[in-house]
Amino acid sequence: MTRIIAPLIGLGFAFVLVLGLFGTITTASEPATAEHEFHLAPKPLELASNGVFGKFDKQQLQRGFQVYKEVCSACHSIHRVAFRDLADLGYNEGQVKAIAQQWTTEQPSTNPETGEPATRKNLPSDKFPKVYANDTAARAANNNAIPPDLSLMTKARPNGAAYVHSLLTGYGESPAEVQKEFPKFTTPDGLYFNRYFPTLNLAMPPPLASDGQVTYADGTKSTVDQMAKDVTAFLVWTAEPKLEARHTAGLASVIFLLIFIGLTIGAYKSVWRNVKH
Amino acid sequence: MSFPWAKHYEPKAPVMKWLDDRLPLPRLVYNAVGAGYPVPRNLNYFWNFGVLAGAALVIQIVTGIVLAMHYSTDANTAFDSVEAIMRDVNAGWFLRYAHANGASMFFIVVYTHICRGLYYGSYKAPREMVWLLGVVIFLLMMATAFMGYVLPWGQMSFWGAQVITGFFSAIPVVGETIRVWLLGGYAPDAAALNRFFSLHYLLPFVIAGVIILHIWALHIPGSSNPAGVEVKGEQDTVPFHPYYTAKDGIGLGVFLLVFALFLFFAPNMLGHPDNYIPANPLSTPAHIVPEWYFLPFYAILKSFTVDFILPAKLWGVLAMFGSILLLFFLPWLDTSPARTANHRPRYRMFLIILLVDVLILGYVGGAEASKTNVLIGQITTAYYFLHFLVILPIVSATERPKPVANSITEAVLKGKGGTAPAKSAIEGSPNPMPAE
Ligand code: HEC
Ligand code: HEM
Repeated sequence: MTRIIAPLIGLGFAFVLVLGLFGTITTASEPATAEHEFHLAPKPLELASNGVFGKFDKQQLQRGFQVYKEVCSACHSIHRVAFRDLADLGYNEGQVKAIAQQWTTEQPSTNPETGEPATRKNLPSDKFPKVYANDTAARAANNNAIPPDLSLMTKARPNGAAYVHSLLTGYGESPAEVQKEFPKFTTPDGLYFNRYFPTLNLAMPPPLASDGQVTYADGTKSTVDQMAKDVTAFLVWTAEPKLEARHTAGLASVIFLLIFIGLTIGAYKSVWRNVKH
Repeated sequence: MSFPWAKHYEPKAPVMKWLDDRLPLPRLVYNAVGAGYPVPRNLNYFWNFGVLAGAALVIQIVTGIVLAMHYSTDANTAFDSVEAIMRDVNAGWFLRYAHANGASMFFIVVYTHICRGLYYGSYKAPREMVWLLGVVIFLLMMATAFMGYVLPWGQMSFWGAQVITGFFSAIPVVGETIRVWLLGGYAPDAAALNRFFSLHYLLPFVIAGVIILHIWALHIPGSSNPAGVEVKGEQDTVPFHPYYTAKDGIGLGVFLLVFALFLFFAPNMLGHPDNYIPANPLSTPAHIVPEWYFLPFYAILKSFTVDFILPAKLWGVLAMFGSILLLFFLPWLDTSPARTANHRPRYRMFLIILLVDVLILGYVGGAEASKTNVLIGQITTAYYFLHFLVILPIVSATERPKPVANSITEAVLKGKGGTAPAKSAIEGSPNPMPAE
């Protein structure tokens, strides 16, 4: 039975696929789109945290935090990170407390006397507050787009760190070829052209517009590219704060396993020494 | 059943003797994976993968149980709880990455294990039941992994659940009702997440149960071997312990090394970035793709593009399930008297084409649906079915296999350039003979 029915089923599926094949051959290919032709893959980005031995450059993370605080935090939250986590960047307890205290967006709370909604100053144990009360408020303030939370950004996009850096430095006028090849392509009002963004137009105005926008405490020259790199390094940390522990544990595990494999090979040789196989 | 020359368990310490008289558990272990189980002496490293699959299951269960202590099964907090595991739970990042990559490692191991079976004809008599139970385990694993991937409740979790449960709506008339019943709603939501977690916790233990049956069925005829000839006598076997425990030790070490490289140095490589975006029913990702281990089957699903008697979607769903269910019939589709592909050159050629075919299907499953990709998908899907249902029966009935060695020992000594003539099989040995 099996040997009669099986080939029939196989040929049946193959027949339907051949029908589909003709259908596929005769349909016209999708017309090329501006997004398809002009979208760029992110530029490679070297960070201290890259690679098997990668460690964070704390100086750079502090600079990146400064860029986040002075520029990005106007629109984006990092609400999976707590103020106390900043100790990882090398800030001491007092500095962390001061940063939390002075943070402009406050934590939602209730007025202890009236029970009305209120806000209070941030504590080190608080997560970074959300910038907008809700999505509607976020849209209203940003030309109908929501600035996403950045805590996980570098893990939530393909090749995320390089992508964020390229996006921040990738604004510009749309080149003439785009118009020539795709006359219908436009950048609507309130959107900005950027070849690293999948649809080429995004609702975020260029956040890092000019050199010197941030004055670094450590004297590093704040070019647009430097600021973009620093804030990207910071966002790699917010997405993967345990990266260093992971790398260290990884090296220890690999060494352990290599020794383990060596021992098992020895045991194997000794057990099998008199048996041909 | 075991071979008559199998060693017998003799408890030495008085306490073991006491235990053996009352609950012969050590005896069971001794006979199953100890010195009491005689194994062909010529197994190669492909025979490590069964033990490795067991190790992978144990890793999933141990990491999973600890994750479940910190995980929140609520659509509003599931994503946050997984992030809390990553940031605030002691070694939580390790547990979570171990579990997520462990699922991938499990599939790598099981796919290799299945390929071993296909190449060396392990599914043939008298081991059909071992194979059938293996396919059951594979199906259970797929269900478990699918439901596990939904738990972190990211974008791919949500949309993957949406797409996969959508298969059921392809069933005529009752499909949509079944889909709503399975999900507990019109779209994946709190109800679906709760039941998926419940089942995701349950199924690995069901898998563990089926593995016991799988090994039990295996121990009736004993392990097969690369020479393609059954065990004929004592000189063909060695006790499992210490011979194969030593060999499996090496395999385990290499497996853990590969696992560690992913876990510690590329923990997100096999995952999808969109799953770091919390689930959002209002925003559909540009490309919805399942985990890598489902991609070949996803490609089969997508390859049916015309309505012919049945709607294209139903063809796709039937073919996708069919592509796995046909493995249940393999022992009866392959009628060749020879066991391994080494003795069947023509069959081996088709089998290698099949392997390449499935790899291409995997690529197509993850790629965008451009015209060329759809074409390639349709051709490779057709080959997949033709291979198992048409080519294999014909080739196995017509190909004349190369002669096999008289015994494992002869094959081993010949392979090593040995000169000693093989002892003939122990007289009257009751071990089962394959249909050769
Ligand atoms: C004026 C408000 C504003 C500021 C300041 C701002 N952004 Fe944005 N950002 C947005 C908006 C709005 C979007 C959503 C864009 C869209 O979806 O079209 C966005 C999106 C993004 C994205 C996601 C792009 C994607 O792939 O979806 C990243 C990354 C990002 N911003 C990084 C930053 C960084 C880093 C800074 C600080 C240097 C910053 N932004 C400052 C408003 C802002
Ligand atoms: C056959 C064995 C198993 C497989 C193949 C498997 C597979 C998976 C997969 C693919 C995920 C998603 C990982 C991610 O992207 O984060 C997952 C998550 C999860 N699994 Fe499992 N699993 C298995 C066993 C178990 C067991 C036995 C338990 C608990 C007893 C468990 C508990 C969990 C929990 C709580 C999560 C959500 C947390 C997370 O996303 O990391 N799993 N599983």
